[in-house]
Amino acid sequence: MDFSEPFRLSALLGRFSPDGRSLASCMQYRLLVRDANTLQILQLYTCLDQIQYIEWSSDSLFILCAMYKRGIVQVWSLEQPDWHCKIDEGSVGLVASCWSPDGRHILNTTEFHLRITVWSLCTKSVSYIKYPKACQQGITFTKDGRYMAVAERRDCKDFVSIFVCSDWQLLRHFDTETQDLFGIEWAPNGCVLAVWDTCLEYKILLYSLDGRLLSTYRAYEWSLGIKSVAWSPSSQFLAIGSYDEKVHILNHVTWKKITEFEHPATIVNSKTVVYKEVEKSPSVETEQLSFPPMRALASSLFSTQSKYDITQVPVSLHHVKPAADRANPKMGIGMLAFSSDNCFLATRNDNIPNAVWIWDIQKLKLFVVLEQLGAIQCFQWDPRQPRLALCTGNSKVYLWSPAGCVSVQVPVEGDFQIVSLSWHSSGNSMALLSKDNCCMCYLDREEV
Amino acid sequence: MGDWKTITVPVLSSDGKNIFQYTSEKKISSSSMNSQVLHSPLPLSKSTHSIFSAFCTEENIEQSIAYLDRELTTLGFPSIYAESKGKELNLISIINCMNELLVLQHKNLRAQEEVEMQHLKLGSDMDHLQNCYAKLKEQLELSKREIVGLQERDRQLQNKNRNLHQLLKNEKDEVQKLQNIISSRATQYNHDMKRKEREYNKLKERLHQLVMNKKDKKIAMEVLNYVGRADGKRGAWRTDKTEARNEEEMYKVLLSDYEQCQKQLLLENAELKKVLQQMKKEIISLLPPQKQKPKERSEDGPVLSDLEEDIGELNKENMWELSCETVREQLTNSIRKQWRMLKNHVEKLDNQVSRVHSGALNEKDVISREDHELETEKLELEIQQCREMIRTQQQLLQQQLMSPCDDDTTLLLQDCYLLEERERLQEEWRLFREQKKNFEKERRSFTEAAIRLGLERKAFEEDRGAWLKQQFLSMSADYMHSENVTAPSAFSGSSDQDNRLVKSTSQQRRSRCVLSRPVSAEPCQTSQCVTCSSAASKKPAGDSKANQRVGSDKE
Repeated sequence: MDFSEPFRLSALLGRFSPDGRSLASCMQYRLLVRDANTLQILQLYTCLDQIQYIEWSSDSLFILCAMYKRGIVQVWSLEQPDWHCKIDEGSVGLVASCWSPDGRHILNTTEFHLRITVWSLCTKSVSYIKYPKACQQGITFTKDGRYMAVAERRDCKDFVSIFVCSDWQLLRHFDTETQDLFGIEWAPNGCVLAVWDTCLEYKILLYSLDGRLLSTYRAYEWSLGIKSVAWSPSSQFLAIGSYDEKVHILNHVTWKKITEFEHPATIVNSKTVVYKEVEKSPSVETEQLSFPPMRALASSLFSTQSKYDITQVPVSLHHVKPAADRANPKMGIGMLAFSSDNCFLATRNDNIPNAVWIWDIQKLKLFVVLEQLGAIQCFQWDPRQPRLALCTGNSKVYLWSPAGCVSVQVPVEGDFQIVSLSWHSSGNSMALLSKDNCCMCYLDREEV
Repeated sequence: MGDWKTITVPVLSSDGKNIFQYTSEKKISSSSMNSQVLHSPLPLSKSTHSIFSAFCTEENIEQSIAYLDRELTTLGFPSIYAESKGKELNLISIINCMNELLVLQHKNLRAQEEVEMQHLKLGSDMDHLQNCYAKLKEQLELSKREIVGLQERDRQLQNKNRNLHQLLKNEKDEVQKLQNIISSRATQYNHDMKRKEREYNKLKERLHQLVMNKKDKKIAMEVLNYVGRADGKRGAWRTDKTEARNEEEMYKVLLSDYEQCQKQLLLENAELKKVLQQMKKEIISLLPPQKQKPKERSEDGPVLSDLEEDIGELNKENMWELSCETVREQLTNSIRKQWRMLKNHVEKLDNQVSRVHSGALNEKDVISREDHELETEKLELEIQQCREMIRTQQQLLQQQLMSPCDDDTTLLLQDCYLLEERERLQEEWRLFREQKKNFEKERRSFTEAAIRLGLERKAFEEDRGAWLKQQFLSMSADYMHSENVTAPSAFSGSSDQDNRLVKSTSQQRRSRCVLSRPVSAEPCQTSQCVTCSSAASKKPAGDSKANQRVGSDKE
């Protein structure tokens, strides 16, 4: 495992290109495009204002930079550095911007969600989508990029419109039986759309591509409902994380619950392996580290080493009681992710913020629990193999795979608190992002 | 109750009072005896003598005798006077009367004893019953007290139960109330939200109008040059056709997804059906063959026949290709049935095992095992006996064979055996010689036949040679004629010469035809003879030559 020198980066804006060759990073108002392997700067662009959002086009030829305060989106080309494009929304304002799947249209959401403007880079045409819904996930594209679903709200009712991305033709428009639609997401096979309601109402609806309602699932009434939703990569399972600290798994044949995963504070099942992160006394034993870091001497003085111990079941995890009188309480399943081979599901119960629960989907049982010393900030599965990388806000990156788990200290001088990470599409490297810096981590093929 | 009588006896001494006392104290139980019988104590004490003397004294003999006579006659005894109204006493009758009285006395005493015994028994029974009665009364008291206690407890528990029910009801009511409150508040919030949202929408519309009205030139896109489409194609207008195409594509996508799903499900179904059928077969094989037990046949008869039917049907039709409801149900039902049978069987076995372990003897299976052991013992005994028998036989045989030679009988016996064998051998020799002679005769006849055959063949060959020569000559003559003569059938009115020629040719042809038959026949005959002669195996050289000649002629 090798680490690069950290480079500066603001607003956690570090994105790999879809083809995996480049890494785009922002520094205030400058956009730097580096080579993904050598981190050599390939291009440098300057934008008009502080960049709040960047996104690669699907063919990795263009990058859009959105500046919400100014209401401007600037698009840069990698092939022709001289090419420029600026979209000014003016007084309408800008709250969100994204690419269409074909990489030639930009969808801008205006302030107050007045409308979504579809700007085309190929023609002079402009399209408008009226009454978009102001919710967390109002626009979703199918994986093959053919269809787009947009959530709308008219006259206090929720609707979903399905557009064909090739010519922006409205394919279907139907209303949903939700009180207040919270999010929509396509299944990876592009045939089923999951629509779920606000957390005041536990309701998830499944619509077919042609707008028919396939099924409705309601687990319970009155208590706070759905917090997070994830499709499995094969579209076989739909995992719904709710505020009652459970994950309900629906199957794609009957759209009924096949099991629910509980996240209690005490683990009693003897077949579960619990890895607990334990601090070691610093600067004494470096041979206990699995991977000797590059700057062992320097960093070992200022940082504590840690390793994983397997603790015997029953294990009681550290849990927090959320404030009862606040909205959006820190309880329930807030993070949910399937592994790319469909075999594992990683969840985080916000009541127990230090633990990651890994479930074996083939057996529908709890497989592993990783208990960290700090609260989990972010975890992401390797896009190629069942390997999970997570960070807890310190300068260590943790990796788990069915073979075992390892904690690696990032050899960086000074403070480097990793709050986000992002895998490269090949699974060979990872970008570790902190508030101001970014560090690349290169993994060898044989590791873990 | 008996009644008792006081005796009016004229002279009574103080001892006579004893009698009164005795008699007055005795109770007489209801008896069939004379109520007028007097009871007196059994052992006669000294005082009785005085009593006896007190009754009759020298002065009142006649009166006492008369009195006695009167009493006796009233009691049914014969009179003690010799003749009626006489003074002479009949001694015999007196003695008889005395005897009768004694017997009566004995009887009475015995009866008294019995009655006393019974009286004692009854007294003890009475005591016993009184004790029992007292105990039972105590027990009754105790149980009554217990009942009262239990009733009290029951009452208390029922009270508690009622209270708890009431509490539960109260709680439920409260919950229901709270839920109602929540739902009413929720509807209120929704209504308020909707109102606010409408207001907000109005604001948004207004804002939108204002923004659009401003005709802000700044809302524009500045681009250096337009980029080509990602897929390189040119943009197309949106028309109905494109709409239809989009719909079509969408449905295609959906259909392909459904088809894939269905394929997977079919595969899964087929696999599961296979597994089920395998399981079924294995279960059937595990079950014990129950056809041998006639008792159970009545129970399992219908089941067995169902089994066989199922197997037959399912094997016949190759069900897994079809997926109709009835087939599925049949399969699952048959598996359930057999699984139940297997379960019962296993349970039975378990019970048997447990019973065997506990050593109960009254089960037929255990007995059968014992029977089995008995049988094995019996068989072993039999085997032993047989072995002994065999050994004795062997010994006897050995003895016989190894007996000393100077015994005449054994010699004779041996001679007898030898003679028998000799005669048998002689018979066989005779037979053998006869057969040999027969064989010789046959051989001679075969050789003669072969010789004859050879001669005949020679003759035949000579004839054949001559005929062939003739044939050749005739053929050459024919050939010279054939140039002049055309097909005989074409000419109807032919000259005589022609006719003759025709006739001659036809004759020749006919002769040829005639001759040709033997040619074909004779080789057959010769081949037959050849086979015959080869069977006799004489003159092999000549035969082969003949064969060769036949073969060459045929060619």
